[in-house]
Amino acid sequence: MNDASLAIANASAATPIAPPQELAGRSPAKVKAEKVNVFYGQKQALFDVSLDITERSVTALIGPSGCGKSTFIRCINRMNDTIEGCRVTGLITLDGSDIHDPALDVVELRARVGMVFQKPNPFPKSIFENVAFGPRIHGLSRSKADLEEIVVNSLKRASLFDEVKDRLAEPGTGLSGGQQQRLCIARAIAVSPEVILMDEPCSALDPIATARIEELIDELKTNFTIIIVTHSMQQAARVSEQTAFFHLGVIVETGATEQIFTNPRDKRTQDYITGRFG
Amino acid sequence: MTDMAISDAARAIDLTSDAARRRTRRRYRAEARFRAYGIGAILFALAFLVFLIGDIVLKALPAMTVTSVSLVVDISREAIDPGATGDPKVIAAGDFATPVHAALLRDFPNVAADRRARQALFGLISSAGPDELRRRVMADPGLLGQTVTVPLLLSDDADLYFKGKVTDVKAAPGRGTVSPSATEGPVTILSSANDFAVYLVEIKRALSFEARALRDEVARYESLFAERTAERTAMQAELAAARVNAPERVAGLEGAIVRFDSDLESIAGEIASLGARATELEGRFTAASAAETLGPDVQSIFVEVNGGMVKVAELANDRITGETIIPLASTADAAPGDWRVITFLTPEGSRKLQDREIVWLRAFEARGTIASAFNWQFFASGDSREAEQAGILGALLGSALTMLVTLVICLPIGLSAAIYLEEFAPKNHWTDIIEVNINNLAAVPSIIFGLLGLAVFLNFFGLPRSTPLVGGLVLALLVLPTIIIASRAALKAVPPSIREAALGVGASHQQAVFHHVLPVAMPGVLTGTIIGMAHALGETAPLLLIGMIAFIVDVPHGVTSAATVLPVQIFLWSDLPEIGFQAKTSAAIIVLLLFLLLMNGAAILLRRRFERRW
Repeated sequence: MNDASLAIANASAATPIAPPQELAGRSPAKVKAEKVNVFYGQKQALFDVSLDITERSVTALIGPSGCGKSTFIRCINRMNDTIEGCRVTGLITLDGSDIHDPALDVVELRARVGMVFQKPNPFPKSIFENVAFGPRIHGLSRSKADLEEIVVNSLKRASLFDEVKDRLAEPGTGLSGGQQQRLCIARAIAVSPEVILMDEPCSALDPIATARIEELIDELKTNFTIIIVTHSMQQAARVSEQTAFFHLGVIVETGATEQIFTNPRDKRTQDYITGRFG
Repeated sequence: MTDMAISDAARAIDLTSDAARRRTRRRYRAEARFRAYGIGAILFALAFLVFLIGDIVLKALPAMTVTSVSLVVDISREAIDPGATGDPKVIAAGDFATPVHAALLRDFPNVAADRRARQALFGLISSAGPDELRRRVMADPGLLGQTVTVPLLLSDDADLYFKGKVTDVKAAPGRGTVSPSATEGPVTILSSANDFAVYLVEIKRALSFEARALRDEVARYESLFAERTAERTAMQAELAAARVNAPERVAGLEGAIVRFDSDLESIAGEIASLGARATELEGRFTAASAAETLGPDVQSIFVEVNGGMVKVAELANDRITGETIIPLASTADAAPGDWRVITFLTPEGSRKLQDREIVWLRAFEARGTIASAFNWQFFASGDSREAEQAGILGALLGSALTMLVTLVICLPIGLSAAIYLEEFAPKNHWTDIIEVNINNLAAVPSIIFGLLGLAVFLNFFGLPRSTPLVGGLVLALLVLPTIIIASRAALKAVPPSIREAALGVGASHQQAVFHHVLPVAMPGVLTGTIIGMAHALGETAPLLLIGMIAFIVDVPHGVTSAATVLPVQIFLWSDLPEIGFQAKTSAAIIVLLLFLLLMNGAAILLRRRFERRW
């Protein structure tokens, strides 16, 4: 209750929202969002959100609950399409092409933009099948051996292989929470996406499992563009290069993580990261 | 802040106070009470179930055995294969009844002369009895011309006698010495003691009861007579008045009085005849030692003496006269204890088996040729008009085939409809209307579906009537709403995270549904299907309309051959007057219940397999 009232006070007291800062990227923007608005029926969840995501880096989205972080990343692989009454306006581009372009197949988009969800959600099938499902439906493997190789590689890259190599035929739901989440990451990377969206991937995990996932994210960023939603300031500081602070459906501030955490420009950002609200 | 702290402290629960203790005790009592109600309800339901099943099983037990009599049959070549061809076709068409009848007549030679008695004797053997003989000869043609001992199936009434369903039999040893007057035909038997006085007293007592009942009736008629006479007098007065005041009513009243007169006349006649009958009965029972004639409405009494059986027609204290059913060996006197008086307590008029038939059956039994065996026939044959031959296999296969058709049609259609409506259809007014209508369809009385089946499948499409194909189609219509509703609920219950996970790796909507959602929903779908199929299995009304109530003897061999189903068979049998079918009805109910259990068991097994896989 505190953060809501404070947020309203801040919103009215503060100067008009500053236009989002261009990220000082080492490489060109992989994903670019321009003036994205999202409506759930009559209710608007995102207001003119614009954000550039740098290739092969980790971008953290932080902000209090209900500020639109998840809504935003679900726009990037058009998962919001599955929600009844959800409407997205504005432009989102992946490698410069509009993801809402009718010529672009949504299935192809989701193959290029993988997703890891808040709660580990392995399929109620074997570990092998969990990882093999994506490559199989996208026709990535030519033979059974090929498929096995993809599965093993994916599990290795998700640093899960050593733990499960003897029980690939056992159900994925039988793993521990941290293992399940890494299985979901293996499943996501098995289809060789370019971008991986992670929606609070560690919120259901203990600190040890969280640390392993963070290590994994660190390794994965050499190959993938990662966008991670997190409620943990420390996690954002540890794993990300860029950070965007969302508040009440708008981006308050974006920039290099170091700068956001050490020298935030906006008062609300400062209040949030110092724990005065949220 | 301090105020708040104080009020908080005041509000703290004091667990040691009396009120708190009372509250706790009350809570415990309420819980205990609720648990007792629950256990009570379960016990109540269980008691009913045990009672129901126990009753059915007890009633079905007689149907589980059949009785047969072993006869020494001379298989004459003339009756069966006169040309000595040895051709199985000739043997199969041979007359096996004649040798059986000959064997029966050899056992009871005195019957041969009387055509009716002969028919009654032959009727003890089921019409399927000679089939056993045919089967044996077909298996071994060398038996032709030989004499063999064959167990022959008894008719249902004879079978029921051995199951104790026809009459209770009492036997009392004779106390005096009796001397029969003849060995055959009408016989008079004199006893040195008043051996028959007991029976005479019983008969006289029955007469006195009857006379008293008649007298009561006479009294009722007399009061009625008095009443009507009074009414008539009143009416006559009215008539007299009407002649003066209202001439238009005269004709009507005169007619009424004439009707009254004829009524009174018939009542008077009734009183006279009933009174005469009562007087006659009273006279008979007052004359305590006068001989009495036994009719078919009182118990049957027999004297068993010198290896013969005499049916008592007239009875005095020390003497009977009657007709021999089994001839006596001699007219020699029989000492006390060497002869018996046998009574069949159920009057002959109240049972299907006549006295002489029971006597013959008892003679078979005395020779030790009666045997009882498990009724395999019941599970291996179709329906029959004869209770002892009727089997359940036809209805069982009919049910199985009908269920198969139902399942094959309604599972794919119902599941597809459910998947489309739940996963793919846009949510708008049209789908709302469809959903409401599916729910309504589940509540439509089943007989309506029968009418629909009659109009559409039989009359329009011209499919063959009385067949499992049409039955299955009609039941599929009936089950479809159940399966759709249950499948939709099962699909809805699948956690959305599974759908999202599949979509997240780039599965199309259809791939997500078929690869991930449907397998998880499958146990629920199967449960719905079981419920629907169980419902269909017990359904009778719609099948009556499409002709599955026909009497069908043949066991169906495909979905287009005429058949009936278990519940309809039960309905048919329960309606038949023969007592033998009562047990068959219960047995068929048990078969239906077992079939249901089997079906549900199979479905549960399938569901387990799905659940283990996922």
